Formats: sequence, C-alpha cells, structure tokens
Amino acid sequence: MAEHVIIKTVSRLMIPFIQLFSLYVIAHGELGPGGGFQGGVILGASFILYAMVFGLEEGRKRISRKASDFFNPTGLFIYAVIGIFCILGGGRYLEYDRLPLIGNEILASQLGIYGIEIGVGITVSAVMTTLFFEMARRDDD
Amino acid sequence: MSLHFPVLVVLIPLFGALLTFFAGLFRRTWAWHITTYATLLSFVVSLDLLMSVRATGRISYWLGGWAPPWGIEYVVDYFSGYILVVISFISFMIAVFAGPYVKKQIGPERELNFFVLYLLLITGLLGMVITGDIFNVYVFLEIASLSGYALVAVGKKRGAVVASYNYLILGTVGAVFVLLGIGHLYMVTGTLNMADLRERLPDLYHSRVVLTAFVFFVIGFGLKFALFPLHTWLLSAHSLAPSAVSAILAAAVLKVNLYALMRVMFTVFTPAFVYEAVPITEIFFVITPIAILVSSVMALAQTNIKRMLAYSSIGQIGFIVLGIALANETALTGSLLHMLNHALMKGGLFLLAGVIIYQTDRYHITDWKGLGKTMPLTMLVFTIYGLSMVGVPLTAGFVSKWYLAIGALEAGRWYFIPVILVSSLLTAVYFWRIIEWGYFHEPDDPEDAKDRCHVPWAMMIPIMVMAFLLLFFGVAAFIPEGPARQAAAMLLGMQ
Repeated sequence: MAEHVIIKTVSRLMIPFIQLFSLYVIAHGELGPGGGFQGGVILGASFILYAMVFGLEEGRKRISRKASDFFNPTGLFIYAVIGIFCILGGGRYLEYDRLPLIGNEILASQLGIYGIEIGVGITVSAVMTTLFFEMARRDDD
Repeated sequence: MSLHFPVLVVLIPLFGALLTFFAGLFRRTWAWHITTYATLLSFVVSLDLLMSVRATGRISYWLGGWAPPWGIEYVVDYFSGYILVVISFISFMIAVFAGPYVKKQIGPERELNFFVLYLLLITGLLGMVITGDIFNVYVFLEIASLSGYALVAVGKKRGAVVASYNYLILGTVGAVFVLLGIGHLYMVTGTLNMADLRERLPDLYHSRVVLTAFVFFVIGFGLKFALFPLHTWLLSAHSLAPSAVSAILAAAVLKVNLYALMRVMFTVFTPAFVYEAVPITEIFFVITPIAILVSSVMALAQTNIKRMLAYSSIGQIGFIVLGIALANETALTGSLLHMLNHALMKGGLFLLAGVIIYQTDRYHITDWKGLGKTMPLTMLVFTIYGLSMVGVPLTAGFVSKWYLAIGALEAGRWYFIPVILVSSLLTAVYFWRIIEWGYFHEPDDPEDAKDRCHVPWAMMIPIMVMAFLLLFFGVAAFIPEGPARQAAAMLLGMQ
C-alpha cells in the first residue's frame, strides 16, 4: 500500500482517537455499555489497522513480538492477582469490597472492578494483535 | 487459609501457567520445575479437601462472596473431592515425567508452549470438577479443550496436526451440544446453579425442552469422553499426540468429561429421572458391551502400541459407563474405582510407551524384540500394568472389575459377566503379545542395546509409583473403596 496516501494519512490521524476511545470504553465498563473486552478489541483493532496500512514489518516495529507475547498473560495476571488481594484482605476470591489498604468498601469495589477491566483490556488487545500477526505471517513455522 | 482451598485448587495451576510463561521468557528450564511444583501443590490441596469433606461434609465456596443461586459456587462433595484427588495426582505424575521427555521428543523451542498449555489444561479440568455452576462447567470445558487441541499438535509428528484438527472439530461439536443443553435448561428454569436446577427441574420433567437438554448433555459429553459410536477422534488424537499428552488425555481428560456427565445425570437431574423417565440405561446396555468387545478385538489387531492403547481406552470407558447404567451402589462404586484405576493404568501405559519410544524410537510392538533384556526394568513394570489391565487378582484392575461384576449380578443382569470375562481374556491376549516379543525373542542387535539403559529417573519414577499404587490398591482395596463408595451412595441419593 505504498502509494495510498489518503489511507495512510487518515489512519495516522484516526489511530490516536481510536485508542483514546478504547480507553474510554475500558474505563466506563462498570457503569456504561462497554468494558474490558470491548475496549480491548478496539485497542487491538487500532494496532491491526496500523499493521494493515503500513505493513507487517512496520507494525511489528511498533508492537514487537516480545511485547505482545508479554502482554498476553499480563492482563490475566492482573485479574488473578486482584482476586488474591481480595483473599488477603479477608474476603472471598474476587470479593472486591474487601480489597486491602483502601478502607472504603464502595471505593474498593469500584477500584477492584476497574482493575479487572484493565486486565481484561490488556489481554484482549494483545491477543487480538497476536492473532492478526500470526495469521498474516507468510512462513508456516 | 484452608477456607480458600476450593478456589486455590484451580488458581494454583492457573498461576503456575502464568509464572511458567513469565519465567520461560528468561530461563526455559524453570518451566518444568514450576509445572511440577504447581501440580504437586494442587494435589496436596485436593487431598486436604477430600479429607475435610469426609470429616465435615459438603464444602461450598462462594466466589466474590455472592450467594449461590446468583453467584458462582464451588462445591466439594464426596464425588468431586475424590475425582479432584485422582486428576491432580495423575497430572503431578505426568508433569514429573514430562521434563526430560519434552526436552527430547518435543524439542526445546516448544518446551515452554507445552508446559503453559499443560497447566492451563489442568486448570480447566480441575475447574470442571469443582464448580457447582453449570455454565462455569462449559467455560472450564473450553479452557481444557482448547489447550488439549493445541497439546495434541505440539509434537513433531506430522499426522498430529490433522489429528488435532479432527479432535478440534468433533470436540467443538460436543461442546456446542453441551452449551445448547445448558441454554435449554436456563430457558425453562432461569438458573445455572446445579443445586438450584435440581430443585426446579422435577416440575418440568414432562417438558420436551428438558428432555432435549438431557439428550444434548449425553451426546455432548459422550463425544468428549469417546462414548462408543462417538469415539473416532480419539484413535488418531491419542495415538499421534506426544506420549505425555496421550497420557493426560486418556487419564484425565476422558475422566473429567465423564465426571461432568455424571454430575449432570445425578446432581442436575435426579437418579429417578435418569433411570426411570428416560431410556438412557437401555441404550447404554446395548452400546457398552459392543464398545467393550469391539474395542478389545480392534486392539488385538493393532501393532502400533499407542493405537492399541487408544482402542483399549474405548473399552475401559465402556466399563465405567456400564457401571453407571447398572444403577446400584456396588456397580457405581466399581465405576468410580475404575475411573481411578484406568487413570493410573492408561496414564502409566502411555508413559511407558513414551519411555520405550524415547529410547528406541520404535512404535510397533513387533519391533520390541528382546526389550526384556535391554530394558529389563521397563518391561517388568509393563508386565505389572498388563496384569492390572487384564484384572488379575491382587492388582487394582481386579477390584474394579469385581465390583462391576457383582453389581451386574445385583441388578439381575448376569449376562454382562461373560462380557467382562471375554474382554479380560482378549486384554490378556493383546498384552501377552508385548510380553512375548519383549521376553521371548532375542534382541536384533544386543550391542546397540547397551547404551539404551539410561532412561532418566525422572521418567521412570512416576511410572513406578503408579505401578506400585496399582499393586497396593489391589491388596489394600479399602483405601480407594471408602471414598468411592461414599461418592456412589451420595450420587444415588442414599445418604
């Protein structure tokens, strides 16, 4: 797509806004429509759009294989660790209002859900990106 | 801390998988150690859970502190406690074995993939066993299945990818049937909690939706645990996967899917519904003898060791299902004991096949000439497993077959006893062939055999431990029999 100036310019302009929108969707997961999964998909889609327009190599420069491999389990790890913190705070697994060091139950519950949405968002966007790069790869190893 | 054991038993392998991945980015050799310790820890936790269930009764853990009909509940009772111990023990044994095996047979570049997928598989299996929420069963079923499909294809064998694809298609069909069954139940009751479903369903037993749901569960899980006419995927998947994977598939994955069906039959539905309202036992009475006999004959025709073991699994699953269909406490105890024994036997046999392939790269038993001389310990242990598969007294295989036979008599269906006997005879014949090739033929080249004697102890010790347990449980049969009988009595609602 070397000569497609319009596509390149428009995507370069759009990608920051797509990513900002994805953060908005993740952040509003517990109250409005959306959440970690949907936001993660939008974030992943922005990486995929970049790789489609500028080429796989250019895309891998922005988000390297090592980075996406690292982020795949990181989100899940955040999710699981928040659950463990709830146990440490004296509640059941994933009982957010028992999160330690926060004090306020309602705030703890909100922050717990918030953290989990972020975790889901990270994993989903990394997995979307990985899937795209794996499918677009030419060699079959 | 022990309050949280029901959730920790699932979390330990999950954290193990995540840690394995992070550690593997820096140092690959840690993968095996983390896997081993994670499975050991979850075995210890499940053992403790079984003990406390036997001491105090049903344990219920509310995830997130939400009360059961709304929230997800993890339940440990006699049945799930027993199966948890079986599955986590087998997964620990296979994890120990896998270290040196994976390094050589799968290769260092895929070592990390293997261990992460293995721990995710164990997470899914233990989750399926412990959860008391029927939709959660489906979620864990998918976690276990997806890692299972990938594990089949992780090896170097070319056909494995096709076998994995085949398994993926049929496994997904099975999972969709399960999901449809759950959807039907949810549609008429509006609840997903198993205990709640049990209370709400009896009013709706006349409903076609509920009947359809039940049929979907039987077909869906039946596909997953290779119930006789639905078994075709098993042969290629189990014979072409790396041996450590075949072992966990045969020993744990089949058992857990069978467990899930029994959960649905006895906990979501009631024994009265299963045995009286639907003709499911009549169907089982027709297909299980066919499964047992046909698979024994087919196993006799194989020369590839892993294909032979795969056929034999279908027959052994037939025994377990037969015990369920016989509908009395003795037969069901036999079924539950056979779940343990088959996990030990088939897991161990696949690992043994792995050891022999590791050393000689020979898949066909006709090439195993003189193994009794060149690999004496391996063949000795193989003989023990063979005797237990046949069901010789003083081995564990005898105990479960004995219970099944007595159960058949109690149910007034004496004609299953010849089926059990004939299948034992056929089993004796197909294991005798291996012993004959191993002990009564001279090795082709005694010289090259000498350097074959160095199987890593990490591979032999788990196999020997399981062989010892087969002999030990053959004599001290009361140790597994206690929890198994308690679980059977609970399932049939006598306690």
